[in-house]
Amino acid sequence: MNAAPEFEPAPGDTVLAARHIVKTYGGTHALKGVNFDIRRGKVTTLFGENGAGKSTLMKILSGVTTPTSGSIELDGQSVTFSSASDARDRGISIIHQELSLAPNLSVRDNIFMGREIRGATGVDFAEEARQTRLLMADLEEDIDPLTLVQDLRLGQQQIVEIARALSVDSRILIMDEPTSALSATEVEVLFRVIRDLTARGVSIVYISHHLEEALQITDYAVVLRDGAITATANARHINLEWIVRNMVGENFDLGSPPTGYAFGEVALSVEDVSVADASSSERSVVDRLSLDVRSGEIVCIYGLMGAGRTELLECIAGRLQPSGGRILLDGKDISRFSIAERIARGLVLVPEDRQRDGLVQTMSVGANLSLASIGAFVRGMLLSRSQERSLVEASIRDVHVKTAGGSAPIGSLSGGNQQKVVIGKMLTTNPKVMLLDEPSRGIDIGAKAEVFRLLSERAARGLAVVFSTSEVAECLSIAHRIIVMHRGRISAEFTADATKEEIMAASGEAVVSDHEEHRSHHRDRR
Amino acid sequence: MTDASPDRSRSPRVSADGFSLAKLLLEGRAFFALIAIIVVFSFLSPYYLSVGNFLTMASHVAIFGILAVGMLLVILNGGIDLSVGSTLGFSGVIAGFLMQGVQLTSFGVILYPPVWVVAVLVCVLGALVGLVNGVLIAWLKVPAFVATLGMLYVVRGAALLMTNGLTYNDLGGKPQLGNTGFEWMGFNRLLDIPIGVLVMAVIAIIGSIILNRTAFGRWLYASGGNERAAELSGVPVKQVQVSVYMLSGICAAVAGLILSSELTSAGPTAGTSYELTAIAAVVIGGAALTGGRGNIRGTLVGAFVIGFLSDGLVIIGVSAYWQTVFTGAVIVLAVLLNAIQYRRRVKLPSPAGGSPTSPQKDKATTADPALEKTAG
Repeated sequence: MNAAPEFEPAPGDTVLAARHIVKTYGGTHALKGVNFDIRRGKVTTLFGENGAGKSTLMKILSGVTTPTSGSIELDGQSVTFSSASDARDRGISIIHQELSLAPNLSVRDNIFMGREIRGATGVDFAEEARQTRLLMADLEEDIDPLTLVQDLRLGQQQIVEIARALSVDSRILIMDEPTSALSATEVEVLFRVIRDLTARGVSIVYISHHLEEALQITDYAVVLRDGAITATANARHINLEWIVRNMVGENFDLGSPPTGYAFGEVALSVEDVSVADASSSERSVVDRLSLDVRSGEIVCIYGLMGAGRTELLECIAGRLQPSGGRILLDGKDISRFSIAERIARGLVLVPEDRQRDGLVQTMSVGANLSLASIGAFVRGMLLSRSQERSLVEASIRDVHVKTAGGSAPIGSLSGGNQQKVVIGKMLTTNPKVMLLDEPSRGIDIGAKAEVFRLLSERAARGLAVVFSTSEVAECLSIAHRIIVMHRGRISAEFTADATKEEIMAASGEAVVSDHEEHRSHHRDRR
Repeated sequence: MTDASPDRSRSPRVSADGFSLAKLLLEGRAFFALIAIIVVFSFLSPYYLSVGNFLTMASHVAIFGILAVGMLLVILNGGIDLSVGSTLGFSGVIAGFLMQGVQLTSFGVILYPPVWVVAVLVCVLGALVGLVNGVLIAWLKVPAFVATLGMLYVVRGAALLMTNGLTYNDLGGKPQLGNTGFEWMGFNRLLDIPIGVLVMAVIAIIGSIILNRTAFGRWLYASGGNERAAELSGVPVKQVQVSVYMLSGICAAVAGLILSSELTSAGPTAGTSYELTAIAAVVIGGAALTGGRGNIRGTLVGAFVIGFLSDGLVIIGVSAYWQTVFTGAVIVLAVLLNAIQYRRRVKLPSPAGGSPTSPQKDKATTADPALEKTAG
């Protein structure tokens, strides 16, 4: 367990205390012995990067999942929550990061789902509607109780989610990214509601990626990094810099671009490629984008969510059809080729979501590693076991997978090692071009550095690497060239000596969506 | 006849928490259930435990066993094939039709194809039914349940139309026409073992080799376990999907040939509801209906459990109504145990902080507007 500096227990006003919470998923340690206090009538904000364990901790505190070990004390009494409704009965409710509404039901029915108000003849819909109207008035939102949730825009759906949590008279209210789809005005309303609640003695746990915004509302700040608490402080004594420093930790060296060799020929050439938006035909998520990558070169694509990075990479790999343009591999047009044909010609993709797109959970580590190169060990009609074994063993050594062996279940590996299996699987096909979509997502900093080292070794041997990221620090690691994507186009191109500020300015940070536009106005006003 | 080779795609028997009796009983439950059935009925009836009775029961099992092997392939792919019972019936009817002679009016002749030609044609027909299923499911995106349910009706209807609801009784053929020998499959024995049982064994061995030793088998396990990941690894997932339905159709056709040969008659309603027994055998054998898990060995044991149980109940004189209840109870129990076995594994190791199954995962993965704000 990591030491928790500046950790000051406050027995008097602590309503809930979590002690030594450990949570493991397979081989992944999501939480490594966390102590967390919720103070009565105060807002406690939990800061941390993606994958730090924030949502896991909140799911444990709200009874959605149970910890592997550790205890929870509510008002000094040790408690265990058997389910989310058990926790709700004890006065703890949660607003989830991902909306948990039934889109086919009305606002009223969603708010009272599972807690319907009984009347003389079944459900008292009139009373439910009345209470819904009161909640909406309180949240300053003009939504009719009988509107179907699917007809509301995302921000309004989030308001309904908040209203549902408010409708239960909770003592502790956990808000996991409650503002991610709200406009600036709606955020202000929410903050007013939060202040009202804390004045009435309700304790709030707040999680947000918008640090400045969270700093406005919070009383206490707790920082989580890689499953452990790194800092706790009173909000009066801290600033943004303190939060970021504790969130990110010391600057971990992610490597530098490999040198000492000349780039080869252009391996991958993307010419005027467009990808139509799946939801609206007139918009393009990738808009006439062109890009050349030489063998031995590492190119980083930086951009915000919705910039079109994933769509670009999936289009190059053959998962998405381009609506225009050509893709050339070694000068040959592969736009019409299937995924399998592209892999055979040396173009591979390591997808963003390794659970959904990268791994077959029902198969062993070895079967996952060899999946893309089965042809290499087929003799006649049959698979050669011995050749497969040597291929798998070589791959495990090559990408440094920490595993009990090729026959171990894939779920027994940590996130970082699972990612190495996905990368190793594609590397065993001996690719010429490797695309990686957010290769560092959800893996710890050590594994991240290892993955980057692996990529730069391969690049030095002639592999063309294109990886995408949404973390600026990663752009300035092994990439020879940094491309910034914004609204489906390349908005800027940098060499490895660019600064973080230049890169972020080119990403057009604020104009991804309506909601982001609200945000930018908000910021401009300030 | 079961595959002795370890199934590579499954987790090792002995895991980190070591060897335990409960685990052994759980993993080998279908096999232990079969032994229990044999022991119990041997006590209850003096006729149960004999080689002769076992061979008779095995020939009953063969029909379901062959269907179940085909069904296993489909279920490993994450699908379901409800049309196999109808395909079985249709195959018998087509065999009966061909054995009566095909009249070519334009040439004024009647062709009497030899038995092996009949058998091949019937298998081709089974594959065609499977092809229709596969194309509907893989290319036209019709849910497997609905597509094969539709084919269940269409194929059964076709069988009824062909015979006008009647049964072909004369499948013996005539020596002067050179088409005798149809009953060979149903009646003959090789080394005292019924041909049907041998056919099942051959199909099981071929199935085992396909699953464990060929690229196709690996593709099947992969696309059943995670179709998206398999596709991105270059697995031809659509071709695999169409192939499993075709193989299932061929298995159904073979089962149809054996059944009509045993009965020396082919009725259009033969095999009604057999698809459910086949699914039950696969499930009792430990396969997951979600795809990606299961093997031939388990499926065969599952078929024997159902067959030996119902025959045993007949031998000790339990009413047919009770047999139905018992069979149903065994299936429910098997599914319960499957749920226990897979509960631990089904939960994907989720990355800390994010929800991998969340439809709004993008929101969870937006890294660090925070960092950008600070520096900007």
